[in-house]
Formats: sequence, structure tokens, C-alpha cells
Amino acid sequence: MTQVTMTVNGKTVSGDVEGRTLLAEFLREGLKMTGTHIGCDTSQCGACVVHMNGEAVKSCSVLALDAEGAEVKTIEGMANPDGSLSTIQQAFQDHHGLQCGFCTPGMVMSAAALLKDNPKPTEREIREYLEGNICRCTGYHNIVKAIMAASGQDVGAIAAE
Amino acid sequence: MYNFEFSKPGTIDEAVAALGADEAQALGGGQTLLPTMKQRLAAPEVLVSLTGIDQMKGICLSDAGEVCIGGATTHATVAAEAAAHYPALAALAGRIGDPAVRNRGTIGGSLANNDPSACYPAAALGSGATIITNTREIAADDYFQGMFATALDEGEIITEVRFPVPEAANYQKFVQPASRFALVGVFVAKYADGVRVAVTGASSDGVFRWTEAEEVLNGSFTKDAIDALSPPSGDMIADLHGSAEYRAHLVKVMTGRAVAAAS
Ligand SMILES: Cc1cc2nc3c(=O)[nH]c(=O)nc-3n(C[C@H](O)[C@H](O)[C@H](O)COP(=O)(O)OP(=O)(O)OC[C@H]3O[C@@H](n4cnc5c(N)ncnc54)[C@H](O)[C@@H]3O)c2cc1C
Ligand code: FES
Ligand code: FES
Repeated sequence: MTQVTMTVNGKTVSGDVEGRTLLAEFLREGLKMTGTHIGCDTSQCGACVVHMNGEAVKSCSVLALDAEGAEVKTIEGMANPDGSLSTIQQAFQDHHGLQCGFCTPGMVMSAAALLKDNPKPTEREIREYLEGNICRCTGYHNIVKAIMAASGQDVGAIAAE
Repeated sequence: MYNFEFSKPGTIDEAVAALGADEAQALGGGQTLLPTMKQRLAAPEVLVSLTGIDQMKGICLSDAGEVCIGGATTHATVAAEAAAHYPALAALAGRIGDPAVRNRGTIGGSLANNDPSACYPAAALGSGATIITNTREIAADDYFQGMFATALDEGEIITEVRFPVPEAANYQKFVQPASRFALVGVFVAKYADGVRVAVTGASSDGVFRWTEAEEVLNGSFTKDAIDALSPPSGDMIADLHGSAEYRAHLVKVMTGRAVAAAS
């Protein structure tokens, strides 16, 4: 076991991990932060997306030890300081951007990464950005709509309710 | 995944020394190697992360006008920073996988892996790039040696890749939507001394140059020039996504599109 230290949602945390411990496992089992989901475990589905040093990464395909010293942000760090939902989270609720909710943490983290670089994306840009986030329930329209709404744009033109 | 020892050196020399250990393997972005280890298709005892080596990251323009990319540079960085120097290369990097994969995956990892459907091998071969390792310089024409096989020796690290900048170039990728790799991808680049056409995704020998197309395009760099050619023969991949004939046909179509987009 080796000790790893990183910043998660603004707090310095450390723990003992094996070489093979994934960042997703360290978050879920080491820190008991189970908001980050593991779907495929093979970097296909995006349920495990977190931000590492400001960039969206699939935490099932990053070693915990490779995140030594990194700034990590997870879905638990997305709400406003007073506990109310952030703009993106609220938009997912308002526009029915989730059903079972399994993909949602990854969708929200990917959406936040997109809007940081591209505050007013087109519908096409949103769909392309979400290529690595798979949702079995919603059919994506309402997720796209939520992200359009979170970026302050009109959602009227997006198909399906 | 079996357990292993992890190290993250800060210099190329330290990495080379660490890779001298028994059953040691380099780790780039881990986007291919970690899933492979989870399936127990690889089981290194020591994993040496290259992502902490600053001298292996970033993009610059050499005095000879080549775009030089550090071996541990991510696809996202190439997409953003190579755009001003070599737009076709940046566009290729920007369409690999998805944003999260591009934030971790590296050019060195992609070229070392030499997946028969990967994008970078087509760019490297199509540009006549030079692969620089800790010990030598390898011309792309000598580097790719068939599916998942390269000229790299055990423990050898790709530290940099140098791309001569063409007069015109384009990459056309027919996406296999489930894997997001290329079902067929064609990279066409026109240099003062000739046109190069490199094909990925199609052949079970991995990336290859379609020399017949190069010859006619040297005469006339137009889409129509390849009309008379038959699709390339050779060992085309056949699987549930497409037959060998379908892939060969796609090679011709994508080559035509790449030429049209480049000229
Ligand atoms: C969902 C998904 C979609 C993808 N889509 C595409 C796509 O469309 N096109 C495409 O081309 N690729 C695609 N990839 C592959 C991706 O580009 C990988 O990042 C890449 O193939 C491997 O790079 P890596 O840095 O992650 O290497 P790793 O997975 O860390 O390593 C791969 C191999 O290279 C070796 N290695 C790593 N770095 C070096 C180095 N500098 N020198 C020597 N050896 C080294 C390792 O030992 C290992 O054998 C996709 C991957 C995923 C998960
Ligand atoms: S669990 Fe990481 S991508 Fe699916
Ligand atoms: S809401 Fe169920 S997987 Fe997306």
C-alpha cells in the first residue's frame, strides 16, 4: 500500500491505495463518495467522469496514484455552497434530463466541462461532446435540452419532450 | 487487474531506468492499457507513468519547419495547439474517441499500441513522420510492422514525434460508432516531393500506404484521378461491422473525399 494525497472538491484528502486502485475506486470505496458511478469500467460509458485539474476524465481509467497532488472535482462538489442545486443540476431537474439517474453524475460533469470551454454551445456541439457518455434511459433529447437551458439558450427547437 | 508497483518519474532517464526492471511497462494515458490489464491481457509487475515528464509534453515548430510533439502530449492538446501549424493533424486528434479520452490519451501511447483501427498511425505514415525514442530516430515507413507491432524494442520510449508540414492534407474517418475508432480512415498529404496516402482500419496488417493512389495523385491531385483505380487489394479486415469488400470500397471513397477536402 502507498499513501496518495489529492484535493477532492476543495478538501485535501489522503488514503492508502494499491498500485492498481483506480481513481473511481478511491473516491467510492476510500472516501465513501459514491456519487461517481462505475458503469462499464472500460472507459466506454462516461458514468465515472470527474474533473482532474479542470479536465473531464474517466476515473475508471485513471490510477489513483496517477492523481497524486491533483485537484479533483466530483458530482458531490457541484451543488452551490448553500446546498441548493447548481444551474446545470437544476436544469437537468427542470427539463427531465434523467430517469434512473445512473449516467447523471457523468453527464453533469461532462456538461460542466463543456460549458467551461464553450459557454454557448450549439445543439450539435453538445451532442458531439457527449459522445463518451452513454444513457440507457432518456434518449438524450432532454439531456441536451437541459444543457442548452443551463447555458441560457432557448430550448424550443430541440426535439421531443 | 493484477496488482503492480507504480512509479511516476520526472525525467526520461529515470523512466528508462525504471523500465529496466523485470516485467516493467510504460503507462501513457492508460486509455488502452488499463482496460487491457483489467481483461488480464497484460499483467506488468511495474507500471511506469510517463505523464509526469514535462520534457515529453507539448508542441513546437522546429527550425526545419516540422511540428514536434512530445510523446506524452494528449490528443486534446494536439487538437488545440497544433491547429495553427498543421490543421489536418489537429482535426484528426480532435476526433479521437471522446473528450475524456482525449484529455488522457497520448500520441506516444497511440503509436506504441498501433491498433489497426487507430487514427494517429495514419497521420504518422501519411506525413512521413519521424518517431523519436530515447535511443534513436525511426522513419514512419520503417516503424509500423503490422497489427499491434512496431519497431520499438522492449523498454524503448517514444519521446517525440516530428511531422513535416505538407502543402495540403486531410483525414477522412468513417467512424465505427460503438468503438469510436475508424472503421476506415484515410490520411492524404501533398508534399513538394509527392503525395502520400495512408490507410487505417482496413487491413489486418495495420496501417498501410496505398501506393497506386499516390502515383495517380502525383500526376493530378484531384478526386477524379483515382476514379479509374480498383479499390486496394490485400488482407482487408472482415468482421461484423463490414466485409473485406466493403472496407476496400470505403478506402477508395474516403481517399476521394480526403483529396477533395484537401485540394
Ligand atoms: C472509448 C475510446 C475511444 C477511442 N477512440 C479512438 C479513436 O477514435 N482513434 C484512435 O486512434 N484511438 C482511439 N482510442 C484509443 C486512444 O487514443 C488511446 O488513448 C491510445 O490508443 C493509447 O494511448 P494512451 O496514452 O492512453 O496509452 P496507454 O493506454 O497508456 O498505453 C498503450 C500502450 O502504449 C505503451 N506506451 C504508452 N506511452 C508510450 C510511450 N511514450 N512510448 C512507448 N510506449 C508507450 C504502453 O506501454 C502500452 O503498451 C480510444 C480509446 C477509448 C477508450
Ligand atoms: S465506468 Fe468509466 S467509462 Fe464507464
Ligand atoms: S438516466 Fe438512466 S442511464 Fe441515463
